[in-house]
Amino acid sequence: MSESRIHHPLIELTISRVKETIREPEAMFWVFVFPVLLALALGIAFRERPPDKIPIAVDRRMKDADRVAKMISKSAQLKALIVGPADLNQYLRVGKVALVISRSPEAVPLKSGKAENFPGGTGPEFFLIYDAARSESQLARLAVNDALQSGNGRMDVIALQDRLVKEPGSRYIDFLIPGLIAMNLMGSGMWGVGFGIVFARTRKLLKRLAASPMRRSHYLLAYMLSRLIFLVGEVAGLIGFAWLVFGVKVHGSLIELAILSVMGSMTFAGLGLLVAARATTIETVSGWMNFIMLPMYLLSGSFFPYSRFPTFLQPFIRALPLTALTDTMRAIINQGTPLFHNWLELLVMIAWGTISFSVALKIFRWQ
Amino acid sequence: MTDSAQKISAGGTNFQPVLKCLAVKKYYGAVKAVDGVDLEVLKGECFGLLGPNGAGKTTLVEMLEGLTKPDRGRVEVLGYQWGSGDDRAFRERISVQLQETQLADKLTVAETIRLFRSFYHRGHSVDEVIAKTGLGEKRTERVMKLSGGTKQKLALACALVSDPELLFLDEPTTGLDPQARNHIWEIVEEFKSRQGTILLTTHYMEEAARLCDRVAIMDRGKILALDRPASLVEKWVGKEVIEFSAEEAVDGESLKKLPGVKDAEQRNGLFILKAYRADQALPALIAEMEKKRIKLTRLTSRPATLEDVFMTLTGGKLKNE
Repeated sequence: MSESRIHHPLIELTISRVKETIREPEAMFWVFVFPVLLALALGIAFRERPPDKIPIAVDRRMKDADRVAKMISKSAQLKALIVGPADLNQYLRVGKVALVISRSPEAVPLKSGKAENFPGGTGPEFFLIYDAARSESQLARLAVNDALQSGNGRMDVIALQDRLVKEPGSRYIDFLIPGLIAMNLMGSGMWGVGFGIVFARTRKLLKRLAASPMRRSHYLLAYMLSRLIFLVGEVAGLIGFAWLVFGVKVHGSLIELAILSVMGSMTFAGLGLLVAARATTIETVSGWMNFIMLPMYLLSGSFFPYSRFPTFLQPFIRALPLTALTDTMRAIINQGTPLFHNWLELLVMIAWGTISFSVALKIFRWQ
Repeated sequence: MTDSAQKISAGGTNFQPVLKCLAVKKYYGAVKAVDGVDLEVLKGECFGLLGPNGAGKTTLVEMLEGLTKPDRGRVEVLGYQWGSGDDRAFRERISVQLQETQLADKLTVAETIRLFRSFYHRGHSVDEVIAKTGLGEKRTERVMKLSGGTKQKLALACALVSDPELLFLDEPTTGLDPQARNHIWEIVEEFKSRQGTILLTTHYMEEAARLCDRVAIMDRGKILALDRPASLVEKWVGKEVIEFSAEEAVDGESLKKLPGVKDAEQRNGLFILKAYRADQALPALIAEMEKKRIKLTRLTSRPATLEDVFMTLTGGKLKNE
């Protein structure tokens, strides 16, 4: 084995960093394989399919139970189960059915509230027993009404027709993939940089390096540069996988997606550097990492839109770097928006990245 | 004594000091880690810093290496004071091996040396250093798989790859087996033979005696003695150490008056005679014991070593008080 030319220290440091990472099979799994598995699992769990029919219980004691069940089953939204009196209560309570149709108002004993009494004259044909607090039951109530009325001869007054639209990028998997990419950039950026540095510090390797003429900024830059190399695999891997398996398309520019990924990665590498700047044990740095990342995992809308959080939280959520990256990622991948439309988000990321990097450099502990 | 001792140089061909400490102090709260140290290390010299754990050796060395700032006093390395604007240029000319450093586990021997080589403008090639340190068979082995001895060799290789003028070695052989220790010594001796200057800290008196031209014995932040190993032995212990135990109490003062005896002490029930001349002291001791009808249960005589100096200065007497 002959010796090849020795490169600039920044390049040698980066190559060493890359080699160290590649030779850590567990790290490789979490960075490259785990996000794909997660995408696969969530993609399958939330895949598109026609909405389930709502189950309705028909009281078996009714003589015309079969006829009523048939009427109900004609509805596109409902399916009927003929249920004996002993099970009605149980089925309704555990949500096995959304509504019970009976001629007896007492088919299901009421725990609270009162059935409406019809004094004298003709009582109702059927009793519909359900819990109004359940939205599924509310839906069922409307559909059951329609089914029973038209089954008994009601004619529609005007004609209606459904036309179902399919927006590109509107499926859950389309929403999920950009969120996963952003989340992965955060995790691998912060862990990759922070953990590596603290590990080197606990092993006194930082001190040894500080005693050499190595430029200290080169060491830190090498961490950031090595992140860029892995970034290609991380992002391209998930995008390619999502496209092949779920048909998720990138509607915007791939170059802008690349630029955004680099920006996101650098932002989180900077944060990772800051977290690792002074920690002297792996436990400390893990604690801080979790402290910083957990709120973002929860709030930044990786898995569901953050608009569901209360209004007063929104400005705070939007100031988080993961929110900025996720939103911009979605804009490019799902909507095809040009990168600079999200200039505010880009500014948020740049601010987090540069501030944390420069503070980290100032307070960095080499021994 | 230090004044006269500092003027003694051994092995060096040049009297120019490569390392200089003047009244250097470093306190950590109430702990006086280094409490007023003066020393000079000359070009081509191997200077040993001996002392028990916690004596302040590592703190002193780290101040010399420019990793720690002294609270007081002046440190000069190759005529340069750390922090005065040109640190990197001087780091090019020195190398350090820190005792506790663990190099990156996942890199191979050659990759690690290569990385360190990239930090320096000049130096040896990776292959040269690998050959010099006998790491040829291990060059593609990952660091995590190396034995303790081989790891130390690698640490030394990383320090030597820049062909430094001045080498700091912090306990380079601690915890190694005798064979590995011997390998390290050979590497250090090779460096020394090319006029390299070394500052070495060690627990092992044997190591200091073999490698060092001069040694300083340090305890509680101060230098207790500084001289060539042989002169230290002569000055503090003499030439021979006679150890015996007796069935009855022996008067220490009478032992000190025996001919050829420099000093006497009792340690852990054992009497220790530090003698200039065993041929005088031994017969005198036996005659004295016979006269007093005290039976000797054990009697040995051996050449005095640095270990005895060390015990005299830091261990034995301090503990007996």
